Amino acid sequence: MSAPAERRIIFKHIDEEGYSNDIACYQKHGGYEILKKAVTQKPEDLRDEVKKSGLRGRGGAGFSCGLKWSFVDRKSGKPIYLVVNADESEPGTFKDRYIIHQDPHQLIEGTMISCFANDVKQAYIYIRGEFPEGARILEQAIQEARDAGLVGKNICGTEYSCDIFVHRGAGAYICGEETGLIESLEGKRANPRIKPPYFPAVLGLYQCPTIVNNVETLCHVKHILDMGADEYLKIGTPNNTGTRIFCVSGHVQKPGYYEYACGEVTMGQLLNDVCGGPLPGRTFKAVIPGGSSAKILRFGEKFTIKNKDGTTKEWAVEDIPLDFDSLAAAGTMGGSGGVIVMDDSVNMVEALANINAFYAHESCGQCTPCREGSLWMKKISSRMVKGEAREEDGELIKNVADQIAGRTICAFGEACSWPTQSFVAKFGDEFKSYKDDKNSKSSDSLELV
Amino acid sequence: MIQPAQPDLVTVYIDGKEIAVPKGTNVIEAAKMVGTDVPHYCYHEKLSVAGNCRMCLIELGMPMADRATREPIMDPETGKQKINWIPRPQIGCGTTVVPGMHVKTQSKMVKECREGVMEFLLINHPLDCPICDQAGECKLQEQATGYGRGYSRFIEQKNVKPKRTQLGPRVTLDDERCVLCSRCIRFSQEVAKDDVLGFVDRGSYSTLTCYPGKELSNNYSLNTVDICPVGALTSTDFRFKMRVWFLKQTDSIDTESSVGANTVVWSREGEIYRITPRQNDEVNDTWMADSGRVLYKEVQADNRLKPSSELATSVSAAASLLDDGNVAIVGSGRSSVEEQFLTAKLAKKIGAASYVVGRHGEGDGILISADRNPNTRGALVTGLISELPTTELSQLAADIDAGKVTTLLSVGEDLTAAGLSDEQLAKVNLVYVGSHSNATSAAATVIIPTLTVFEKSGTFINQQFRIQKFKSAVPGLKGAADDRVVLASLLEKLGDEAKGSDLASVWAEIAETVPALSGISYANVPKSGLLIDGSAWSGLDFPEGESLHFKPATAEASA
Repeated sequence: MSAPAERRIIFKHIDEEGYSNDIACYQKHGGYEILKKAVTQKPEDLRDEVKKSGLRGRGGAGFSCGLKWSFVDRKSGKPIYLVVNADESEPGTFKDRYIIHQDPHQLIEGTMISCFANDVKQAYIYIRGEFPEGARILEQAIQEARDAGLVGKNICGTEYSCDIFVHRGAGAYICGEETGLIESLEGKRANPRIKPPYFPAVLGLYQCPTIVNNVETLCHVKHILDMGADEYLKIGTPNNTGTRIFCVSGHVQKPGYYEYACGEVTMGQLLNDVCGGPLPGRTFKAVIPGGSSAKILRFGEKFTIKNKDGTTKEWAVEDIPLDFDSLAAAGTMGGSGGVIVMDDSVNMVEALANINAFYAHESCGQCTPCREGSLWMKKISSRMVKGEAREEDGELIKNVADQIAGRTICAFGEACSWPTQSFVAKFGDEFKSYKDDKNSKSSDSLELV
Repeated sequence: MIQPAQPDLVTVYIDGKEIAVPKGTNVIEAAKMVGTDVPHYCYHEKLSVAGNCRMCLIELGMPMADRATREPIMDPETGKQKINWIPRPQIGCGTTVVPGMHVKTQSKMVKECREGVMEFLLINHPLDCPICDQAGECKLQEQATGYGRGYSRFIEQKNVKPKRTQLGPRVTLDDERCVLCSRCIRFSQEVAKDDVLGFVDRGSYSTLTCYPGKELSNNYSLNTVDICPVGALTSTDFRFKMRVWFLKQTDSIDTESSVGANTVVWSREGEIYRITPRQNDEVNDTWMADSGRVLYKEVQADNRLKPSSELATSVSAAASLLDDGNVAIVGSGRSSVEEQFLTAKLAKKIGAASYVVGRHGEGDGILISADRNPNTRGALVTGLISELPTTELSQLAADIDAGKVTTLLSVGEDLTAAGLSDEQLAKVNLVYVGSHSNATSAAATVIIPTLTVFEKSGTFINQQFRIQKFKSAVPGLKGAADDRVVLASLLEKLGDEAKGSDLASVWAEIAETVPALSGISYANVPKSGLLIDGSAWSGLDFPEGESLHFKPATAEASA
């Protein structure tokens, strides 16, 4: 079975010969026409259209964008802010940076339309500190748009004014969590806020109603208004509309980014047909489908899925259609679209030690379970890798993870515990035998900080 | 569901117990009202909610209703409305009650959450209780016993963090013991208004510290030690001095100013080791100033006056001097109500003019007011003075110069600090009744050594006209007499009818003769004090500005 052709909407011009990131090129390709049309419409009509489109957030949680917008407190009398989450930090994810680097005006247009739709007068792009070039490109693009009357005062000659500022983060994963991002934007430590009472839609940036959307999500808004919600609904599957960008990394022949309609390809098609299959002489062992915090899938495991009519079907990993709901049904998530592939050369204890080191390093340290648990998990897995593994370590590390998930202020608790929970659940034998498995014992190069 | 009678009350169910609590109450406080303790570290009732320790996780449920019709969904077995329990545990501190809310504080999930948090808090904790000052009053110890597993599964290296950091002149920090609850940070921001504390580094390596170039030196810094749930912040003064379980606690009042912060004096075998605030939500909440915590040092100060003769002898000598007809008495705004009453009575008996020395400073808007006497209002209420005291006794000085005053009694006041010269003091027969030596005691003909506030009992009336009790924490210096006894003896010697100098007797007399204090006895003043009617003095221009739980009468009137 061969895979269908890519359906590039967001990535339409990425890597296109002759396409540059200046405004002239963007406008030559029809850019900013949607914005010009949008500002003549009623904001609530635009919001309705986005809600109707079923657009789900592309940052990781997959929450309905229209619903998120509908939570905004529009009666508070306070200004409403829109914040673009360009803190793309989830390991295995590299889609937003391409939009920013190669097609920044697409993001700016999507942002401005979303601002107009939500009566926003000030937007911020929060870009991770490790993207200095991206920040520079965005600054320049915003200035171009400002000069063209598309950002700033009296947009497209209307009464509507809205400006965009670029804010660079200082290098922390937790700044991608929306309330942590807001704290950071306010100039504080990025400690996520407790919810309740600090729901961003009501008490967000500077205690004002705030919308935080992912870069890719806002780009989708532009295309929804371009083609209309009804057309957009035809892309993908019900409740999983539009396209998704998959960032495939790891042990495949052709890693890279691929844009498909949600659910249009299965995991097997993506990895075997699109990405060229495993490296010569290797076989696939496991795949993390939505960024490193998503639960891992083991090749060979079977999923019994309930159909709507009550019957059941069985899926292998290869059979899972790549959309939000199917991946959730398989016990993991679509997350940020970062597909991390591991073949039979990988030892799972060592892979987990790597992931655990990342999350222990990135925990903000605010609340107890994540702060202490993430480092404890890292200490256990690092010790195992150093050659001091015990048979009971797998069970212990999973139990530590169980004590974190669901008990923390923000979703980092889940992000740091799901890898451990799923690795041990699916590769428990490797954790048990790691002590004696001399062959798989790591070299000193895996010394984790 | 039973609807509460009052609209500002919300009915909730804590472990099945129904209770109506005020709107806006959180689950920890609501549980407290039914006698259920929800363990916590970061939550403090007088600070904002941080929700970071996760110790107060509870299970939360709401009565089920049909989405479309809003009709309650009933459980056919129990006949009651079904409860929809939220699968994720919620924090008790950050959850405000809503009508019909159900809370489980003892379920399996809650117990597991607490066990987990306890284990996490202890894995990097040094477990140095045997040498830790907090031992005995440590939340980590208490809750590990109450909710922990009792054993450790941690075999890794513990984190290493700074030990013995001097955050300021009075506070020492051990970062390894810190549970990162952020109470001290929030206190500094919200109460002391001195934002100097913060965390640096992240994750499990997060470390409490002062911002570069800053120090925790404000006059409220030691409150961070009080609210630190563990032994991370310790008082540099109290550190390593005494195990807290050996200490006796005595209720007292801070004498620094007319705020009258409620305190506890901690002592053992006649020696005081520390003073901490005592909660009074009408006066000082749970705070007190650092400056009030070292006052106990006056008990063993080098300049304590030691008795050189029997009390009876010195009282006789003093009485004969006071029997001269041209006497003035300088009472004190630091004396208790009882002492001021007896001083006023003495002045009346011998026809002496009476004064009180005013003490003024700048109010800090929190718990130190502009009036640095703890009991100026007592002097007014007991009739010792009828006008606000001044810092300079110029009338008295003029009277001495004019020969109108030839004998002077000072109750604990150094008159040279109140504008009287050494020459003027030399002109009069001087009786000094007080606890410490000074220029006035040096010039006195008769000295009667008395007790400090920590060695005697009595009452003060603070800026709110709240009468508050303090009690003797330690026995008095050998041979030194209680001021109250001295004044009563002088009265008796000067021909007054003996009525007894014990508190009950003096109060019987006060209640009878002082209108504002009628019906009050020492025994019936509650722990949190008693507001009396101060309207008779509302015309006076008191120096106090606004402070915690206090607005000046003029500000109140204009508001």
